[in-house]
Amino acid sequence: MATKTIEVKQEAPLAEEKTERIRDRRVYVPRADIYETKDDLVVVMDVPGADEKSMDIVLEKSVLTIRAFPKYERPEKLSLAYAEYGEGDFERSFALSEEIDREHIEATVKNGVLHLRLPKAGAAKPQKIAIKAG
Amino acid sequence: MIYRRYSVPSIFEEMSNLQREMERMMQAFAPDRARMLSTFPAMNAWTDDEVEVITAEVPGVDPKDIDITVNNDVLTISGERKATEQAEEIRYHRRERVNGKFSRSIQLAFPVDAEKVTAACENGVLTVTLPRAEADKPRKISVKSV
Repeated sequence: MATKTIEVKQEAPLAEEKTERIRDRRVYVPRADIYETKDDLVVVMDVPGADEKSMDIVLEKSVLTIRAFPKYERPEKLSLAYAEYGEGDFERSFALSEEIDREHIEATVKNGVLHLRLPKAGAAKPQKIAIKAG
Repeated sequence: MIYRRYSVPSIFEEMSNLQREMERMMQAFAPDRARMLSTFPAMNAWTDDEVEVITAEVPGVDPKDIDITVNNDVLTISGERKATEQAEEIRYHRRERVNGKFSRSIQLAFPVDAEKVTAACENGVLTVTLPRAEADKPRKISVKSV
């Protein structure tokens, strides 16, 4: 019994938040749009500076985690005079409520925007139920 | 009297821990506010005596849609971020990204040579390099001994 309790604790997403990162960089929460069409769940996310090589998308159980590690090229010999955005990594997780067809997930990055298409699995697709007049 | 050599920095350590905690809390309650900026695009400016480099985050903006103009010591970046999704029957769960036209001007540290300004856009980060105008560069004046 005791072992089982420990296992459940490890799975809880809250436990993850207490861990600290090794990389000494700030982590930002990127802005995202999430929308649903008839067949897909689509996540659009702003990740300026990141390309397909510096991104990491993991779908574990029903938790989708998107991480990006953009490279920042600092102009040599110049000093930062004015700053509105910080240089750091991006990280954001979502708990998905619907069944996802894991085989057909598509992700593309263009101009610093991630498009993630998660097709709904057959069971989660809405089905029309015909109503008969009685 | 005994002095402990390594007791001093603990307050700074404590402060950075506190800052990290606060950041985490803010992100947990309002994730979209963590990077909220009143203006788009966000810009950083790098400078020395010869050149100024402006970087701006323009995710989702096609480089073709960006217009850059320089007037003496004012740089203006304008353009349009176009919505990508065209499909019908869309149901939004979250909408944090904003589309549409934008225009921003920034005062530079010195007048620049508009002919030599170069700009590059990679992965949604725009970099504009603005060399200082020749006429504005400081001149060394040698002092003659009489």
